[in-house]
Amino acid sequence: MKKFSSLLHNLILTPSRNTKIKLLQDYFKILDINRAYALAILSDQLSFQFIKASKLRELVYEQVDQHLFDYSYDYVGDLAETISLIWPTNKEGKSQNLSTLIENIKKIKKSEINKEFSKVLSELSNNERWTLIKICTGGLRIGVSERLVKTALADLYNKSINEIEEIWHGLEFPYENLFQWLKNETSKPKIDFKKLFHPMMLANPIDEEKDFKRLDANEFQAEYKWDGIRVQLMVSSNSVSLYSRTGDNISSAFPEIIETTKGDAVIDGELLVGGNFKPSGFNDLQQRLNRKKASKDLQKKFPVFIRAYDILFYKEKDLRKLSLVERRKYLEKFQKENKTNQIDLSTIINFSTWEELTKYKNNFYDDLNEGVMIKLKDSEYLPGRKRGYWYKWKKNPKLVDAILMYAQRGHGKRSSYYSDFTFGVWKENELVPIGKAYSGYTDKELLVLDKFIRNNTTNKFGPVREVKKEIILEVAFDDVFPSNRHKSGVAMRFPRIHRIRWDKPINEVISIKEFKKEFKID
Amino acid sequence: MDFINHQLFIKDINVHIDPILPKKTAIITHGHADHARFGHDHVIATRQTIDIMKIRYGDKCAKKFTPLRYGQKYSIKNFNFTLYPAGHILGSAQVLIEKNNHRLVITGDYKVGKDETCKNFKLVKCDTLITEATFGLPIFQHPDPKDEIQKLIRSVKINKNNCHIVGAYALGKAQRVMNLLRQQKYNETIYIHGSLEKLCQYYSKEKINIGKFEKVSSKDKSFYEGKIIIAPPSALKDRWSRRFPNPIICMASGWMTVKQRAKQQGIELPLVISDHSDWNELLDTIKKSKAKNILITHGQEDALVYYCKKQNLVSKPLSIQGRSDEEIE
Repeated sequence: MKKFSSLLHNLILTPSRNTKIKLLQDYFKILDINRAYALAILSDQLSFQFIKASKLRELVYEQVDQHLFDYSYDYVGDLAETISLIWPTNKEGKSQNLSTLIENIKKIKKSEINKEFSKVLSELSNNERWTLIKICTGGLRIGVSERLVKTALADLYNKSINEIEEIWHGLEFPYENLFQWLKNETSKPKIDFKKLFHPMMLANPIDEEKDFKRLDANEFQAEYKWDGIRVQLMVSSNSVSLYSRTGDNISSAFPEIIETTKGDAVIDGELLVGGNFKPSGFNDLQQRLNRKKASKDLQKKFPVFIRAYDILFYKEKDLRKLSLVERRKYLEKFQKENKTNQIDLSTIINFSTWEELTKYKNNFYDDLNEGVMIKLKDSEYLPGRKRGYWYKWKKNPKLVDAILMYAQRGHGKRSSYYSDFTFGVWKENELVPIGKAYSGYTDKELLVLDKFIRNNTTNKFGPVREVKKEIILEVAFDDVFPSNRHKSGVAMRFPRIHRIRWDKPINEVISIKEFKKEFKID
Repeated sequence: MDFINHQLFIKDINVHIDPILPKKTAIITHGHADHARFGHDHVIATRQTIDIMKIRYGDKCAKKFTPLRYGQKYSIKNFNFTLYPAGHILGSAQVLIEKNNHRLVITGDYKVGKDETCKNFKLVKCDTLITEATFGLPIFQHPDPKDEIQKLIRSVKINKNNCHIVGAYALGKAQRVMNLLRQQKYNETIYIHGSLEKLCQYYSKEKINIGKFEKVSSKDKSFYEGKIIIAPPSALKDRWSRRFPNPIICMASGWMTVKQRAKQQGIELPLVISDHSDWNELLDTIKKSKAKNILITHGQEDALVYYCKKQNLVSKPLSIQGRSDEEIE
C-alpha cells in the first residue's frame, strides 16, 4: 500500500507525461498480484459498493466535530483529502499489501462496516488513507487516463497500443491472460467480442471557421443530434442488454426495451422519452434516469424508445470495418426484420452545401434536437473521439444576462477559488436566482471573479458567500424548463458563463417575468 | 481590553501594532512585509527586526528606532509593553501590553516548534489573547520538519541529473530550510536567488548556521545538476527558473499539506515546513495562556472562533484590513 499510495501521490504532482509513464512502468514491473489491483484501480474497474461518499462522511463525523470538518472540507475542496488529513491517526499499524488490504475490506460484513472500516483508516498513514478513500469512491482524478495506462504497458512490453485497445474491454481481473501475453508467454487473449460492451464512437465539435472551408460537404452525411442518453443495445437469441456510454449495464431501468427487442445485433443509438417516436425533452427523460427499476406506472407515463444511429454487429458479422454507408444498409435491414414500437431509425438529412445544413441545425423540431451530427460517409466505427470522422454542430446556445448573487469554492482543480456562481434576475425590486454555473469562464476571468468575491462579500452562509450585486454575467445555456423545486420556477440545462458584461448596468437586467416569456415558460 | 481596537490601534497613546500605513508610533512584531512597513515616525521592535527593516527598506525607513530586548519593559504613560520571543523568524516577537491589571498579548505570527534560526516561542499568560490563525483548521498538523527535509535530500540523491529549486520566502523560511539541511548533514554549497543574498548574509552574521551559500550566476547549465537552489516562490514560475537543468520544483510551506494546493501551483515535491503554529499548537497556546478572551486574526478564523466558543471562551474574529488568507509570508 505504501508503494501504491506514493505512486498516486507522485502521479498527481507530476506535470510531465513522460515522467508519469515512467512512474507507471516502474510500478508495473513488480511481479506480484498487487499490479493487477493497481491496474484495476487505475482504469476505474474496482469499487466498493458499500462505501460511498455519504458513508465516509458518516464515519468522519463519528471521529471529529461536524462543524470543524465542514470548515475544513470547504477549504480543501476534496473529500478524500479532507478526511485523510483530519482523521485522527492512531499508532500506524503494520503496512499492508494493497491486495491484502482490499481483500480484507471486501470481507467486512455490512453490519460491522462503521467499526471495521474506521479501524482500517486509523491504522494507515495520511497518504495511504487518501489513497484508500480515492479507491473506494472511484474516479481517482490524478491526471492519468486509461489511455496513459495502456501506453505505459505497451511501451514497457513492446506491444502496440492498438492491440491492447482491441482486447481491453474483454479483460477481467486479475488480468493473468493480459500480463502473460505482454511478456510473450502466451498468445493474445481470445475474446468473444459480440458479448462485450464496445467503446462508442464519439464526435468532436466542429470548428465553423476552419472545418467548413476544409471539408467537402459531399463526403459527409448529417443526422439530428438528439438530447437523450447514448446507449448500446446488444441483442441475441437468448439475451438483450442495454449499456450506457460509460459501459454501465442499465438494462433493469428500461424493461420495455429489454422485453420487446428481437433479433441478433449490436446497435448504437439514443435513448429518448416519448410515445410514437416523438421525443418529449430532457426534463421528461430525467424522470427515468438514475433509477434501478421502473414501475409500470412510470413506463406508461414516460415511455422510452431508441433512435438507432448505427450498427456494429449483424448476426455473426463484425461490421465495424465497413463504411458508415454500408453499415446503414445493415441497420435498415435489421430494423425491417425486427420491427417494434421501441426502435426507430435516425433520419438522414440530405444537403449539398454547408450553408444548406445551417437551417437544419437551427430550426428543426423547435427545441427537441440539439443541432446536427456530421459524419464522414466512409468512416469505420472507431472507438473514442478520433479526429476527422464525426463532428457535432450544436445550435447556438441561449443567452441571458444575469446578476452574480452568490459564490462558493470549487472542487478538484478549482478548489480554493470561488468558482461556483449563482446568478439571478429581477423579481420586482429583489433578485431571484435562476441558476448556478461552474464553467465557461477563462482562467483570467476566474481570477478576476475570485478576487471580486473575496473583496465584496456582504454575507456568509456557511461556505456560501453573498456578494455585492454589481457583476453581470452573460450566461449561455442549452435549455430551460419549468421547475417547482426552485424559487424562480425555472431550471436551466447546462448553464455556463459565456462572458462578463462589464459594460452593462444591473438595472438593465430583465425580470423573471420577461425571462419566462422570452423562453416560453408558462 | 477596550483600549485597543480591531486595527490593533491604542488611541489613548496613539500607538499602532504592525500598521499597514505610515503612523506616528509603530510596534513591529517581525520583519515580514505584511507586518513591517516603510515610513513610520517611530519604530519599536527587537534589534533584529530593526536590522531587517533597514536591510529591506533602507536605513531611513523610519525617523526613530527604539530597539527592545526580549523581556525588557517599555512604558508609554500608563501602558507597559514587553516583547517576548514568537519563534516565527529571527527577531520575531509577541507583544505583551499591560494596563492597570489587564494583560493583553498579541502573538503576531508564531510557532511553538523548535527552530535553530531564532529564539524559541515563550508562552505568556494573559487575560486577553490576540492570536494568529494562519493554519486554523484541524487538517493542518505539521509533520516533523526533519522528515520533510529528508525527502528533499533523498530526491537530490536519486535524481542526479536534475536540479532542485526550492520555493521559500526570502526572509525566514529560506534560511530555515538551509539550516534544516545543515542539521541533516547536507554540506554542499547551497545556491540562492539574488534577492535572498543580503538576508542570508545577515543571518550568517547573526551566527545562524546556514552553511556555505552562493548566489546563482550564469554558469553552464550542467553546473547546477544535482544542486539545491533556493528562490522566492514568485521566481518558480518566472523565466528565471528555466535556465536550470531539468528542475524539480519544490516548495517549503505549511500550505503544502494540501495536495490540491501543491498541484495547482505546479509543485512536484511539496515540503510541509511551516513557520506558523498548526491547529493543535494554536489550541494548546490558547489553553495554556489562560486567557478568557480570545481574538483571532490572520487566516482561517472561523473554525478557531467556533472551537473557542465551545470551550466557553469569549471569542471573535478580528479582521485586519489589507491582509487576505494565503498571501501571508
